[in-house]
Amino acid sequence: MTGLGMMGARILPATVVGLILLFLAFPILVVIVVSFSSATYLTFPPPAFGLKWYDAYFGSADWLRPTWLSIWVAAAVVVVATLLGTLAALGIARLPRAARVVVAGLVLSPLIVPGIVVAIGIYYAFARYGLVGSPVGLIIAHTCLAVPFVVTSVSASLAGIDPRLEQAALSLGATPRATFFQVTLPLIRPGVLVGALFAFITSFDELVVALFISGSGAVTLPRRMWDDLRFQIDPTIAAVSTLTIVLTVALMWGAHLLRKHAERQVTKQA
Amino acid sequence: MSEAVLRERGPLARIGLRSGPEARAPNLMPYLLAAPLILFMLAFYAMPVVAMLMRSVSDPTWTVANYATLPDDAVFLKTFANTFYTSLIVTLVSLLLGYPVAMALVRAPRWAPIILVLIMLPFWTSVLVRSYAWMVLLGRHGLFNEALIAAGMIDRPLRILNTPLATQIAMSHILLPYMILPIANALRQIDPSLLRAASGLGSPPWRTFLQVTLPLSMPGVAAGVLLVFVLALGFYITPAMVGGPREITISMLIAQRVDQLDWAYAATLSAVLLATALAIIGAFYRLPGVGNAFRMNAR
Repeated sequence: MTGLGMMGARILPATVVGLILLFLAFPILVVIVVSFSSATYLTFPPPAFGLKWYDAYFGSADWLRPTWLSIWVAAAVVVVATLLGTLAALGIARLPRAARVVVAGLVLSPLIVPGIVVAIGIYYAFARYGLVGSPVGLIIAHTCLAVPFVVTSVSASLAGIDPRLEQAALSLGATPRATFFQVTLPLIRPGVLVGALFAFITSFDELVVALFISGSGAVTLPRRMWDDLRFQIDPTIAAVSTLTIVLTVALMWGAHLLRKHAERQVTKQA
Repeated sequence: MSEAVLRERGPLARIGLRSGPEARAPNLMPYLLAAPLILFMLAFYAMPVVAMLMRSVSDPTWTVANYATLPDDAVFLKTFANTFYTSLIVTLVSLLLGYPVAMALVRAPRWAPIILVLIMLPFWTSVLVRSYAWMVLLGRHGLFNEALIAAGMIDRPLRILNTPLATQIAMSHILLPYMILPIANALRQIDPSLLRAASGLGSPPWRTFLQVTLPLSMPGVAAGVLLVFVLALGFYITPAMVGGPREITISMLIAQRVDQLDWAYAATLSAVLLATALAIIGAFYRLPGVGNAFRMNAR
C-alpha cells in the first residue's frame, strides 16, 4: 500500500470515530458551558461567563433541601446496601450451585426488570406500608436497586482470592474470625468500596422510583430537577447538573482506579 | 480437605451449631449470611412487584380478561409498536455508531485512554442530566437550531424537541456505551496472530475485517444488541422529557394508568413488558458465546 493510501485508510476512520466521540461527549460539555453563562435564558455560546446560576442554586433553600436529602438518603443506602450486599456475597460464594442460581437471580434481578415495573410495584406496596413520602421509604427502595452492584463487585473480588491464603491462615492457627478480618476482608476491601460507591451513585441519581414514592415529604434532587423541567429550563438546572456530573464522575473515577488497583494486586498474586 | 477445614472451624462450629466434620448436613453458614438480604429483597422488592402484577389477574375478580382484551386495545397496540420501533431504531443506530468506536478503542492503544474518557463521561452522567442536555441542544432556541439559522441553512427553527426523532437521538446517545463496551470486549479476545496470518496470506484489510474480525466479534455484537434493546424497551424518563406527546412508550402508558389508579391495566402492561424483556433475554442467551460476553462484561 502506498503512503498516501495508508494515510487515507487511517484518516477516514479516525474522522468518523472522532465525530461519534464528539456526539457522545458534546451534550455533556454544552451543559457544563451553559451553567457558567451570564444570560438569563438558555443561549449558546453564552454572551459572557459568570457564576450567576451557581449563586442561584446555592442561595435557594428549594434547591439545597432536596440536595441534602439526596445526599443523606444515598449515604444511608451505602451503609445498608454495603452491609447486606457484602454479607450476602460472602454467603452466595459458598452456596451449593442450585441455591446460588436462585439467590443470585433474586438479588441481581433489579438490573433486568424494567425500572417502571420495579417503581410501581414498590409504590403499590409502600403505599400500604405507609412508606410513601418518607426518606425511610426511599432508603429501602434505593437499597434494593443498589444491592446488585455491591453483590457483583464483592463477588468479583471474592472470586479473585487465592483460597490457599485463607487455608494458610487457618492451618497456622488463626481463628475463623481472625482469618476473616485479617485475610479475607482486606482482600475484598476494594470490591466492597467499589460496591459502596456504586450504591451511592445509584441512589443519588435515581429518579423513576422517587417519582412515585417521594410524595411531597421527601423530594430528592433528581425529583426537584424533574419538577422544574416541566415548567422551565433556566440555567439553574445546568449548574445543578454540572455539580452532579462532577460528583458522579469523581466517584466513578475513584471506583475505576480502585478496581484497576485490585486487578493489579490479583495479577501479582497469581 | 480445605473445605472440611473451613467448615469444621467455621464460625458456626464455634457457637455450637455444627456437630463436627463428619456431619454431612448442609452447611448453614452461607444461608445465614445471605438471609438478611434475601428477606429484605423479598419484603421490599419481590413481593411488592409480584403483588402488583397479581392485580392483572385478580382485578376486578379472578380473570384473564385484562390480557384477553389487549389484542383489540388500540392504545396498547400503538404504544407497544412505538416502543418496539423506537428500541429497534436505537439499537441499529447504536450498533452503527458503536462498532467503529469499539474498533478504535481496541486497535488504537495510544488513543484508548482518551476514547475511554469520552465514552465514560456521558456513561457516568445520570439519564436525567443527559436527557436535559438534549433538551438544551434540540429546543426551539437550542444550540442546533441557532447554529443552522446562523449558517443560513434554515429561516425558522426546526421542531425537533418533543418529536420521536428527539427520543431516538437522546436514547441512542444514552445507550451507545452499552453497545461499545461488549463489542470492545469481544474484539479484545481476538487472537492478533489470526489478523497477521490473514494479511500475510494477502488478504486486504477490508476482507480481513469481513471474514475474520466481524465474525469473531459477533458474541459481543449480540450482547450489545441485547443490552441496548432490552434497556430501550423500558425507557421512561427520556421519552417523557424529549419525546412527542402522542408517541408514548409502554413505560409512560403504565405511569399514566397508575396516576389514574387503574392498577389492573398498569399491572397487565407491566407483566407484558417484563415477559417481553425476559423472553428476549432468554432467546439471546441460547446464542453461542453471548453468556461468555456478559461474564467478561461484568468485570
